[in-house]
Amino acid sequence: MTTSRPSGWRTRLDGVVRELRLRARIAGRAVWLQYRRSLQLRVAVITMAVAGAVVIVISLILFEQIRTQQLGAKKDAAISQAQVGVDYARNQVVAVPSGDPRSIRLTMQRTVDELRTRGGSAGQFAIVMINRDTPTALTQPSFAGLTPALPDSLVTEVGEGTQTYQYAVMPTDGGPAVPSLVVGAPVPSQSGSYELYYVFPLDQEQRSLEDIRSTVVASGLALVVLVAGIGALVTRLVVSPVRLAAQTAEQLASGQLERRLPIRGDDDLARLAGSFNRMAASLQRQITQLEDLSRLQQRFTSDVSHELRTPLTTVRMAADILHSARVDFAPDVARSAELLQTELGRFEGLLTDLLEISRYDAGAASLVAEPNELGPLIQRVLTAADPLAHQRGATLRLRLPDDPVIAEIDPRRVERILRNLTLNAIHHGDGGGIEVTLRGNRSAAAITVRDHGPGMNSEEASRVFDRFWRADPARSRHGGGTGLGLSISREDARLHGGWLQAWGRPGEGAQFRLTLPLVQGVELEGSPLPLEPTAETSDPYDVVAGPTGARP
Amino acid sequence: MGTMIGARSRVLVVDDDPSLAEMLGIVLRAEGLEPAFVADGGRAVSAFREVRPDLVLLDLMLPGADGLQICREIRQESLVPIIMLTAKADTVDVVRGLEAGADDYVVKPFKPIELVARIRAQMRRTDTDHPETLAIGEVSIDVAGHQVRRGETPILLTPLEFDLLVALARKPRQVFTREHLLEQVWGYRHAADTRLVNVHVQRLRSKVEIDPEHPEVVLTVRGVGYKAGPP
Repeated sequence: MTTSRPSGWRTRLDGVVRELRLRARIAGRAVWLQYRRSLQLRVAVITMAVAGAVVIVISLILFEQIRTQQLGAKKDAAISQAQVGVDYARNQVVAVPSGDPRSIRLTMQRTVDELRTRGGSAGQFAIVMINRDTPTALTQPSFAGLTPALPDSLVTEVGEGTQTYQYAVMPTDGGPAVPSLVVGAPVPSQSGSYELYYVFPLDQEQRSLEDIRSTVVASGLALVVLVAGIGALVTRLVVSPVRLAAQTAEQLASGQLERRLPIRGDDDLARLAGSFNRMAASLQRQITQLEDLSRLQQRFTSDVSHELRTPLTTVRMAADILHSARVDFAPDVARSAELLQTELGRFEGLLTDLLEISRYDAGAASLVAEPNELGPLIQRVLTAADPLAHQRGATLRLRLPDDPVIAEIDPRRVERILRNLTLNAIHHGDGGGIEVTLRGNRSAAAITVRDHGPGMNSEEASRVFDRFWRADPARSRHGGGTGLGLSISREDARLHGGWLQAWGRPGEGAQFRLTLPLVQGVELEGSPLPLEPTAETSDPYDVVAGPTGARP
Repeated sequence: MGTMIGARSRVLVVDDDPSLAEMLGIVLRAEGLEPAFVADGGRAVSAFREVRPDLVLLDLMLPGADGLQICREIRQESLVPIIMLTAKADTVDVVRGLEAGADDYVVKPFKPIELVARIRAQMRRTDTDHPETLAIGEVSIDVAGHQVRRGETPILLTPLEFDLLVALARKPRQVFTREHLLEQVWGYRHAADTRLVNVHVQRLRSKVEIDPEHPEVVLTVRGVGYKAGPP
């Protein structure tokens, strides 16, 4: 337990770090998403960045210019004042009788005292004169500690006989060290080399430069914020109508056809709103028209349905009674009763199919899809079709995958499709075998129905779904189909978002393939089974449909 | 109340189409039933009171009268089986008709055999002479006496609702699929409209449950069907 604790802590720490990193990433993504989605935010950020860069560059240039100017003026004044002092000291030294170091020192002291009292345009200053031969200050400096603080490089240069200046941080009399301008000049004399140093503190200049700098920074910041604010405001003026338009478009799309945009003023946005509203009004008009038509059509279909079905019911019942009593009739009358019975069946089928397809034409068909297992559904259809297949000498074979295939379907419609395909195969299969195959993948299910009849060419295969189309008018009328079965089946498949396709080759039979998405609303990308039969799909079938061969 | 044993069962045909009504009469008579007719939807309910039929055949699309309304009015005063005649099977009309109290429906055009089978199924309701009492929760069922009570309060069920409840109560552990119930209660041999079961379970629940939203007597088994609540 105890030994595992540190690693436990570490794990926990790792976990926390990972958690934090994850949260940071999520937050970052959220910000990025917000940035991508909001035009206003983006404009604000971009203007802020651009304005910020411009302000920084301008302030830097401005500040540098002000600094150069201020310091330049000070420098010129300081150098000219120092020059005056140096000239004065040189004259004083020249006037001293030579060879008397003591009197020279006195003269120098006097000169320095004299110079110290003189004011100048360069403001306050400190002054000191040193003798190169005696390392101590020759004269009393303005305050203690001034002499040793003189920058070495300056002292060296002056010692070589040049008059020069330098910026350095120098102590002040009793105050803190401040940046200063130090001017040095040699004062030659017979008794050794003297050097005169002026120290001009720049603290005032520094203070005023600092003031200027903070003013520049503050106004720059204010400017940046202002510009960003203006950007955001202007964008908002443009974006909020656009957002409103987007929202209204969404509402229109979701069916609230009466939604419109408010029109304010006479600008471009108002024109946009105007065009938008005109578009919406035109859409609404057309949709309402279509809806009215569809309603009318549906109403008509429903009326026809009722009006036709009621007399048909009477006829049907009458025909049934005649049919069941036909043994008592003369042969011709009995045969007539039989014909009446069978043709009524066809008539009913035709009526049902016509009404169904007119419902599709009116756009009135709606899908009630629930998850259903396809295998048992196919088996049901094949079992029901088995007697007819038997009668025609055809055998129905079914191949199901090992795993159940479950799809969101309307079982009534899918059964109708499969019934149509199977009956079609029985009618056109010339008594050969009929193979039905089911296969599913992760997104789709496919069912193929294969017959080995005379087949059809590709032109015929493309027309089999046409209404009332018959491949061979002389032969197929015996089939008893209404000629609408495959058209309805294709509509049924489309309603599911699925495909119904046909393949055929003369002499090799035909194959129909139904492909359905497993989940409604998902676009089909492919089919788990090929449309054209391959060697693989013509493998022996392990399951034979019908009551005798049904899989347990 | 009730017809005498051996008497011909009366069927009231509510249909405005004279030919169809006449044809229905021929078929019903051939089956040993005694038909009565009313063509005017407005007179349907009063005709029902006069005739006191054992079953009603009701055309849903009567011009000038609402078939659903007639259905509701008959159901308010009687538990007699009602079979709708409708031209459309896959519309909400059927569900509305079932909700209005109809027990079953036949889609036009139908064969005489079909119609007769539906009528027979509705008339041949559970009849047992030996006493049998079932219970689901607080609901007790006296099968021979055709009586259902919650505690001491009697609950009025139509014969179909009664049969549905008895079917569930007799096998309390079994889950019934809708297809199974269609076969056992409605007498359908082949696959039929499972909405029949859904609507009638709802109707039954509205009568026997304390809170139909949270049923305790007739339980839904998701994806399978229904079963009786614990006894």
